[in-house]
Amino acid sequence: MKKLLATAALSMALSAPVLADTTKVGFIYIGPVGDHGWTYTHDQARLAVEAEFGDAVETSYVENVAYGADAERVMTQMALSGTDLIFATSFGYGPDVNTVATRFPNVAFEHATGYIQESPNVGLYNARFYEGRAVIGHIAGKMTETNKVGYIASFPIPEVIMGINSAYLHAKAVNPDVEFNVVWVYSWYDPAQEAAAAEALIEQGADIIMQHTDSTAPLTVAQDAGIYAFGQASDMSAFAPQAHLTGILDVWAPYYIERVRAVKEGTWEAGDVWHGIVDGMVGFAPMSDLIPEDVRAEAEGMIAAIAAGEYHPFTGPINKQDGTPWLAEGETAPDGDLLTMDFYVEGITADIPN
Amino acid sequence: MIRLEKRKEPSKFWRIANPFLAVALTMIAGGIMFAMLGKDPITAIRLIFFDPIFSETFGSYSRPQLLIKSAPLILIAVGLAIGFKANIWNIGAEGQYIIGALFGAGVALAFFPQPGWYIFPLMVIAGAFGGFLWAMIPAILKTRFNTNEILVSLLLVYVAEKILAAMALGLMRNPDIAGFPGSRDLRRYEAAYNAELISGTGIHWGVVAALIAVIFAYAMMTRHMLGYHVQLAGQAPRAARFGGVSPARLVVICLGISGALAGLAGMFEVSGPGGQVRIEFASGYGFTAIIVAFLGRLNPIGIVLAGLLLGLTYIGGELGQMMLQLPGAAIQVFQGMLLFFLLALDFQTNYRIRLTQGARA
Repeated sequence: MKKLLATAALSMALSAPVLADTTKVGFIYIGPVGDHGWTYTHDQARLAVEAEFGDAVETSYVENVAYGADAERVMTQMALSGTDLIFATSFGYGPDVNTVATRFPNVAFEHATGYIQESPNVGLYNARFYEGRAVIGHIAGKMTETNKVGYIASFPIPEVIMGINSAYLHAKAVNPDVEFNVVWVYSWYDPAQEAAAAEALIEQGADIIMQHTDSTAPLTVAQDAGIYAFGQASDMSAFAPQAHLTGILDVWAPYYIERVRAVKEGTWEAGDVWHGIVDGMVGFAPMSDLIPEDVRAEAEGMIAAIAAGEYHPFTGPINKQDGTPWLAEGETAPDGDLLTMDFYVEGITADIPN
Repeated sequence: MIRLEKRKEPSKFWRIANPFLAVALTMIAGGIMFAMLGKDPITAIRLIFFDPIFSETFGSYSRPQLLIKSAPLILIAVGLAIGFKANIWNIGAEGQYIIGALFGAGVALAFFPQPGWYIFPLMVIAGAFGGFLWAMIPAILKTRFNTNEILVSLLLVYVAEKILAAMALGLMRNPDIAGFPGSRDLRRYEAAYNAELISGTGIHWGVVAALIAVIFAYAMMTRHMLGYHVQLAGQAPRAARFGGVSPARLVVICLGISGALAGLAGMFEVSGPGGQVRIEFASGYGFTAIIVAFLGRLNPIGIVLAGLLLGLTYIGGELGQMMLQLPGAAIQVFQGMLLFFLLALDFQTNYRIRLTQGARA
């Protein structure tokens, strides 16, 4: 009997969600919508979904949802209120998304930067931000005068480590003397901590700041100190026009619109995609005039080469930090290696905290 | 003109009435705030206070959730209130909650993947012990060196958070998922899982423990010598000392009880609703419990009601965000108002307002 029920649940899940006039789409956010970083970009995409479908769609969101019991409850309440599609927009929601998805086989779940797919109605999506990191690494390597780049990192997870490695490799390629100082703030959004980290890095001699956190605080600190920095997630140039060189943009709207349309048309199926510059999920804020013209041209060239598939930011020879070979000459990194990356590449002097 | 007059004795009536009045005032002021945000205040208040319990759509799910959210608050607040009565201020329950969770989870992970009925009871003991141990640091520093327990216990929260992060990234990290911080999911390890005791009710061992703690605290405060000593030390410290109550002993007992209960709350959370040791595991229960303790008038029964009310505003607040798009910050302001109004109203427990005619010479 139990088996029969499980089979029934499975077949219900596999059959596409029902076509309805108004599709309800829910979003859960790890941060506040006003962070101007990660959560802000997801919310911009939510608004784009509303603009695209008008009255045919109804969206709702809950911000500052903690991983674990809170996330599970919020998603359950969304499912109970008739939501057809739920976007869970932070990696740590993994276990919670799958628990709720198993309970509501008729609701479609899309989990950003996720890595667990235990239920047939859980789709995963992610962006190849390391492509963007390569470009800003190149610019930083060319522009630093102290040869010290400061990096504000959130959590030591593959996504963040991959970004540090990518930026470092491309800074190093154009500036063999470059050093990276990494400060971990253990938060995605904490303006006070991020500002303190930026100040510490500047004190250590950094004249360019990169961040893998979501507030605009490091940019304003950089501007006050008269040095340069890169924005994160959205175009943050307005917050520090004298410091902001460019920034990697998270462009979720096209994907969200496509997925909502699939649910409306009854063709939604759980996928597992990792989109890059070529798909438009990774973009760039306008390049500032502060970047010398030739460097800007090189950066644009690299963006074009990555988009055309001619260049992969992780192309061998690359050794791991301890000197053991990782990629041979001309070899490009398999996605599996990147998604579980827990090592620095050769040349970075710091240690990954554990 | 209006004149303030100190009451000879604090008013019993207002002590009981004020929390209810504070809730009513919060509803009114909160309603005005929601209206200013362009939302229908009646709908907003209904979503926060009534729908989690009475709504047909959500009720059957959120009623049990209310217990899950309130149980740790009540468990911690009951312990804190005993200390607060004796003027011993444990502000660091959040840290004791974290350490209790780490001790409990540590036992579970050490036994993984063995089955065994004894594993969960061991985790309970370890969790209480962990919280107790962490609370003993401010207790011993206070009794030996006369340090301020408020500062020490509060600062130890940040130490506990660092230990938590180190554990999630290192020793307790799940070896099966490469690269990501966080321990194994204890909900998937049967011997350690603090599951619902009756399916669909939200009642897990933490809820049972909270209930037992409330009964014990009530009995202790009203019937037991220790409860009398606690009250005496709080109201008349000099008299207590002459009466043979050792202040040092009382500090150790009060911090120990509240630490152990906070540790238990952490352990029940990590093995049940929380599921994992992870960097963001601590979600502020230890701090919210301070509000619960005061809102409940430091009385075990009052704390149950206050814990349920705070739990309700959390769950209702999420509904308000989801259904009405109320900003998350507005919900926090709303919770803050509750404490603000209560403290403001408590004024009239000790003072009375008199209208007198004419100017006084």
